[in-house]
Amino acid sequence: MAETSAEKEQLRRIRAGDVRTASRLIRNLEDGLPEAKSSIKRIFPHTGSAHILGITGSPGAGKSTLFDALISSFRRKEKTVGVLAVDPTSPFTGGAILGDRIRMQRHAEDPGVFVRSLATRGALGGLAKAVGDAVHVMDVMGKEIIMVETVGTGQQEVEIINHSHTVVVVLVPGMGDEIQAIKAGIMEIADIFVINKADRDGASQLAGELTAMLNMVSEFPGGWQPPIIRIGNVFDTGPFGASLEELASAIGDHHRRLVETGLLGDRMRRKNMVEIHEALRDAILEPILRDLIKSGEMEELAGRLLRKESDPYTLAEEVAHRYLR
Amino acid sequence: MVAKPGLDGHDRGARVLARAFRDAGFEVIYTGCHQSPEQIAAAAIQEDADVVGLSCLSGAHRYLFPRVVGLLKGQGADDIVVIGGGIIPEADFPFLYEAGIKAIFTPGAKLDAIVDWIRTNIVPRN
Repeated sequence: MAETSAEKEQLRRIRAGDVRTASRLIRNLEDGLPEAKSSIKRIFPHTGSAHILGITGSPGAGKSTLFDALISSFRRKEKTVGVLAVDPTSPFTGGAILGDRIRMQRHAEDPGVFVRSLATRGALGGLAKAVGDAVHVMDVMGKEIIMVETVGTGQQEVEIINHSHTVVVVLVPGMGDEIQAIKAGIMEIADIFVINKADRDGASQLAGELTAMLNMVSEFPGGWQPPIIRIGNVFDTGPFGASLEELASAIGDHHRRLVETGLLGDRMRRKNMVEIHEALRDAILEPILRDLIKSGEMEELAGRLLRKESDPYTLAEEVAHRYLR
Repeated sequence: MVAKPGLDGHDRGARVLARAFRDAGFEVIYTGCHQSPEQIAAAAIQEDADVVGLSCLSGAHRYLFPRVVGLLKGQGADDIVVIGGGIIPEADFPFLYEAGIKAIFTPGAKLDAIVDWIRTNIVPRN
């Protein structure tokens, strides 16, 4: 397929960092437009320069405020920053309130910072479906650090590891007993732990539990033991300033370690496999679902289940047999 | 996008509106209070908003609202519709319409009416 001049112009503008072109493309990606997919095909070869940082933690843990402080820190080092902030979509109306910007608005006018809010639109795992592609767009814009903020997460929303090089898990004191610290899921994915609001009661206990959990690990990949960084009152410039810089340098150290040990390649491979998985889903499953819904067959299949004439597996096999030959 | 420009910290109304838009199935970006027109225009472009709703209860709407419209236009984003609301005397309506504000809602306006205005007047881009 020959490239049109509009397509060439779009790529040129995005590579030049044009916000209007990039933000329109991200919207079209969210809406799943076919032409947005072709744009990704064209920009994909130019991706791969950015350090992608994922930050996750429970609702109200202070992720957005931490983002705001980290943006300032990266900007002082003259690094350009892209931010993707995800908030939940209502399961009832499809609407969403995207409020992460409130904490980051002081960077709105800085041309070195591009903040974009995304709604989950039904995606599970704490992210939006368009996150992977939106990261690509910001990468090609030349953003050196791309920060992805998940929705407020519980125990299981670990999708962020498939999209980032470095994962920061933000915890706050008072999360429960010591068993929480050894559960599977979100506690396993951290490259860096932040104990936020560490001026509150229970911060030392939480730090102790995390340390005990980490002490049980016999070998860390690449020899990287996740540091535990305590951050107190964000608006207290004294001790907080120091611990925030500790976090910023731990993020840089982690990236260097990934590069030096070759672990970066492993993470990229994991990310690439997830991308293929998602693209296959789009290419194979989605058209079948659309077809079934449009033709009314979905209703009919549901009716057969309701009347106990069949079961989900038999129905799926019938459909699969028809479509996938 | 719902934004509060200028030195006005009263955002109960803006938050109620944001909630109403959410319940109408819209994705609403809320920027919080004390925003400069520059911040609002930059945010609207970064988010590729369809419509920006400005809320102002301080009396500075005659400066702030047209300024946002002008900044969007200056950055080639005049397809982003700007509407406004708050404590706005009727005598100012013609001036604001002239300045490119597409609709104005004052105290007593029904949430449904605001949602309906957006449904009717904002054409989905796709």
